[in-house]
Amino acid sequence: MLAVGKREGGNVPALALGDRPSRMTLSTYLYRRPRLVLVLLLLPPALWLGVIYLGSLGALLVQSLFHIDDFSGQLVTRPGIETLARLFSPTAREVISRTALAATIVTVLCALLGFPLAYYMARYAGHRMKAVCYIAVMLPLWSNYLVRVTAWRLILAKEGVASWFAAKTGLSGMLEFFLGLPGIGGPSLSSSALGTVITFVYIWLPYMILPIQAALERVPRSLVDASSDLGARPTATFWRVILPLAIPGIAAGSIFTFSLTLGDYIIPNLIGTSRPFIGQIVYQAQGTAGDIPFAAAFALVPIAIMAIYLMLVKRLGAFDAL
Amino acid sequence: MRSETAPWGLRIATVGAIAFLNLPILFIILYGFTTDEQSYAFPPPGLTTRWFAVTYARADFWAALSLSVQVAALAMVMALVMGSLAAAALYRFRFFGREALSLLILLPIALPGIVTGISLRSAFALGDIPFSFFTIVAGHATFCIVVVYNNVIARLRRSSPALIEASMDLGADIFQTLRHVVLPNIATALLAGGMLAFALSFDEIIVTTFTAGQQQTLPIWMLAELARPHQRPVTNIAAITVMAVTIVPILLAYYLTRDTQDAAGSGK
Repeated sequence: MLAVGKREGGNVPALALGDRPSRMTLSTYLYRRPRLVLVLLLLPPALWLGVIYLGSLGALLVQSLFHIDDFSGQLVTRPGIETLARLFSPTAREVISRTALAATIVTVLCALLGFPLAYYMARYAGHRMKAVCYIAVMLPLWSNYLVRVTAWRLILAKEGVASWFAAKTGLSGMLEFFLGLPGIGGPSLSSSALGTVITFVYIWLPYMILPIQAALERVPRSLVDASSDLGARPTATFWRVILPLAIPGIAAGSIFTFSLTLGDYIIPNLIGTSRPFIGQIVYQAQGTAGDIPFAAAFALVPIAIMAIYLMLVKRLGAFDAL
Repeated sequence: MRSETAPWGLRIATVGAIAFLNLPILFIILYGFTTDEQSYAFPPPGLTTRWFAVTYARADFWAALSLSVQVAALAMVMALVMGSLAAAALYRFRFFGREALSLLILLPIALPGIVTGISLRSAFALGDIPFSFFTIVAGHATFCIVVVYNNVIARLRRSSPALIEASMDLGADIFQTLRHVVLPNIATALLAGGMLAFALSFDEIIVTTFTAGQQQTLPIWMLAELARPHQRPVTNIAAITVMAVTIVPILLAYYLTRDTQDAAGSGK
């Protein structure tokens, strides 16, 4: 906070340095009015986010109250719940629960896969090794999303890398077994739910690793030493000291993996079954179907899910680890 | 400083995760050189460099690239201004609605991109706003603010407030303090945040499909290319080109923010 008492001491020598008085006056004027400085600082970002972003979310809500007339195909701008009611149809409910389930599985897998790497980076890697790991995590993040998705399409395709590798190593039987499983299998990996999940995990994994690594990095060395001094074995130290302190990082990372999976429509479109995700419904509704009210209504679902999710992870300290 | 060696299981898991993250990138590169332009057969039947010539000869590739650079540049500048102003305000002051504002800054990336996209689309439809360069930028700037904000506020939290007080006590006015004390202190955070914002905007497709009309940014051009049955490797060449250009900034960003990484793990 600004300390008012220091003001006068600050003014006089500065004038003696030969500053233009007008600027000095403005500076003093601002210094004396921290509230005005606050308003000036806040104005651009608060206006942008408050008017354009929140305004758009409001527009979303308004659009979801409109509906397209069944007979004329015209947009009816009289507020009503016709469109929102369609969210409770069995098909819509199935889409919602499938997407939420996929987001949960992807998040859990990302945490399981990402934690060891983050832990190694934070705890064991030397300077050079840490740089290598960091770049290995950042490189996929910085390379083109769409091309990474198609890379998986060609890896998982029927005659792609995965089946070639399976054939060479005699694992074809195992691949067939997984593809034969009801619910997750399919004619090939690139057209199975399994393929969709693998691609999601791949694409969002860096978003999980970075916050976990940051959280682990903040665990004081002395705490770990204290734990072993007090007689805890390394496993006990890990489970009872290190892991609890990593929870905020995992929770922060899970916001990204969960939310990004919930809204993505490109990945399930390019890789996976024909059963749609929430994002695909929204995309098709506003695009080919020209039904913005339904797209808007369906977009309220991920907002509602994320609102609950954010409240849950806030308790785990996710917001402090972002 | 870290003399302990990692257990074998951990090392294997680490190597596995790194391989999982980076092997697909090798395939992206490999398939940029394949002679097979239609299928995904592995191994590729033959290798060629002709796709570079094919890609670079296409005017629509350069048009999309140029649009993406312009959009990302403007979105980055807007994010830098709004993100650092917000960081300064939230770091320096306690005020009513502070918590709400920090949540609001975070919201565009905490909510799925499709929500931002369809929200803006709904607003444009309500207000009869035609799609343009600026509707694309509006979408991008909104979710880029947070990355600049995160970088700058993390740096501000670590720098001592006494530094600013000292500068003022020694006679500098607000502007001199800003110019000679605050800005040098947050310069690398601004650079890292700005680059991340640029990269996010450059790669963004989910929001863009809702806020762009006929204009094609590079990712939208690539998506359209993927739907075409021929010349598949062209998208790989586009990606390889972008990767080759962006690897330098990644390394630079790492070295610029490395010390802060170690200090407080502002790993984002």
